[in-house]
Amino acid sequence: MAVTTSTISSARQQVERSLTRRDRNVAGIALTATLLFALVFTLSILLTLLIRLVGPSIIVFRERGTAFFTDSIGSEPDRVGIWPGLYGSFLIAIGVLVFAIPTGISAAIYLEEYAKPTRINRFIMVNIRNLAGVPAVIYGVLGLIIFAEWGDGLTGGKTTLAAACTMAVLVLPTVIITSSEAIRAVPQSLREAGFGLGSTRWEVTRDHVLPYATPGILTGTMLSLARALGEAAPLILLGAITGLLPGTGLRDRFSALPMLIYSWSGRPPEGQDLDWANVAAAAGVVLLGLVLLFNIVAVVARNRFERKRSGS
Amino acid sequence: MAATTAPVTIEALAGDPKRVRKERIVAGVLRGAAMFSILISALILFVLVRGAIDFLVALDGWDKLKDTGWFPRRERFDLTTIIVGSIVMGVIAMLVAVPLGLGAAIYISEYAKPRVRNVIKPFVEVLAGIPSVVIGFFVLKFVAPDIIEPLINPTSVRNMFAAGVGIGILVIPIMAAVSEDALRSVPQSLREASYGVGARKSTTTIKVVLPAAVSGLVAAFIIAVSRAIGETMVASMAGGRDGSGPFTWKPTESGLTMTAAMTNAAGGTDQVAGGTSFDVLFFVGLLLFLITLLLNTVGDRFVRRVRQKY
Repeated sequence: MAVTTSTISSARQQVERSLTRRDRNVAGIALTATLLFALVFTLSILLTLLIRLVGPSIIVFRERGTAFFTDSIGSEPDRVGIWPGLYGSFLIAIGVLVFAIPTGISAAIYLEEYAKPTRINRFIMVNIRNLAGVPAVIYGVLGLIIFAEWGDGLTGGKTTLAAACTMAVLVLPTVIITSSEAIRAVPQSLREAGFGLGSTRWEVTRDHVLPYATPGILTGTMLSLARALGEAAPLILLGAITGLLPGTGLRDRFSALPMLIYSWSGRPPEGQDLDWANVAAAAGVVLLGLVLLFNIVAVVARNRFERKRSGS
Repeated sequence: MAATTAPVTIEALAGDPKRVRKERIVAGVLRGAAMFSILISALILFVLVRGAIDFLVALDGWDKLKDTGWFPRRERFDLTTIIVGSIVMGVIAMLVAVPLGLGAAIYISEYAKPRVRNVIKPFVEVLAGIPSVVIGFFVLKFVAPDIIEPLINPTSVRNMFAAGVGIGILVIPIMAAVSEDALRSVPQSLREASYGVGARKSTTTIKVVLPAAVSGLVAAFIIAVSRAIGETMVASMAGGRDGSGPFTWKPTESGLTMTAAMTNAAGGTDQVAGGTSFDVLFFVGLLLFLITLLLNTVGDRFVRRVRQKY
């Protein structure tokens, strides 16, 4: 008897101790620390990048001021400007707005509202997902042949127009995918209410689905524009100019902001205070500013959209 | 009585012919827009295959594809040089992107409180939005000379290790975003069941959540590899080798990727368009297209497996 009671009491003590003891979960703490480190390290890369980009650019903005934005490209780092690049990038963005956005949204409406799950429609969807994964440089090859060579009569060869068309094709899959997601998120009851009143499919889409999906579609549009502004690989293939630019029309040779960064950061230093690395950094700050602006608009639009849906 | 109401005919039920016609036209236009994507794919394939055939015909024999080194101007197109270059930089990129991207994703999905998550996620998205030329500049002017050079003592500031690290930085956000999606799609009930039998948070994460999300994580990895191989700007800015070079697998040396070989074949060759040193662009492009297509298809399969499971 005595033995059993002491066993019970020692067992009770053991349980009590294991329940009240300060538990040091070393493995758990190590895991949390490792994960946190990964996150903090990633964010610190972002921070370092921003510092290393903005730092060398300050001298350019201070010494050149607005002339840096309005001067033309050239061969002296302390006298170049980014105007042709800004201009080219602006026209490319317009091209994307005119060609890719309407086509992309139309395709998304078809796939979400009209298409029945037939084999051909499934193929279209798989095809769009695959197009989204095709490397940008391959779109450059496409643009070089289709828009610059075959479309020579219309575009005039390796011109602003050819570059804009190429970028429009490049971002088209992204526009379709993001717009599809926005349209898919529209509640089915909204459509059924429209059909119940005798609306045709297009009337329901135009009057109910699209207004509801607009913020989501806007998000996709902004992200696509940001991508088109920042992408450089296809433009190298299309022969973007980083030296002297003869003309600035739609059917003239073109330059673009990312191409200036690419070209300037590769040039050997000339040993001046205001060198190629500085102007490359300054152009990078301008490009990053534009791209982030579009990204921020996209994120804000999405967040407002989500808050509205959650019913407040 | 029946005479006072209009008779119900097929025409009346079919509705206003104007509306019907409009409906049909709109549907046709929308369908056309969707079909346009197939046209794009067909054109990509056509342009690449046609150019690749032209290249192979002009090349006259396979020997030049197995020559030593990549010297397009001298008609030496050793494929292993650029493929190995792509692989070396891709592996280094993944060594950077997988631990950082996956670690950040697990922390954001499993550990961060909702308020912290809402603050941190936009920053990771900002990283995703940074143009690749800007990352190329960052690697070329800071990472390569100030961090990589003292670390591994490379033969040139522009080397495959630096370019690989840069590509890795570029794909961290993709790795993190797709992984986080996968982790978040694991049902909460699995975690609760694990806590219910007394498992700790770390045990639950490693033994329950990660295995449950494994196909999504594999998808994230494959998609990231595909992006890393297709990345052009960082590879050509920081990888070195202006369009030609001997075979090397050493990360400390300069190297060429398939993408860098493509931009070099097209860039600055306004004058020689048509020769094999230009047409090789299509051949390498086709190779790159097929590799990324394969990776994306496999990745997509894994993504859909996750959606079906939960």
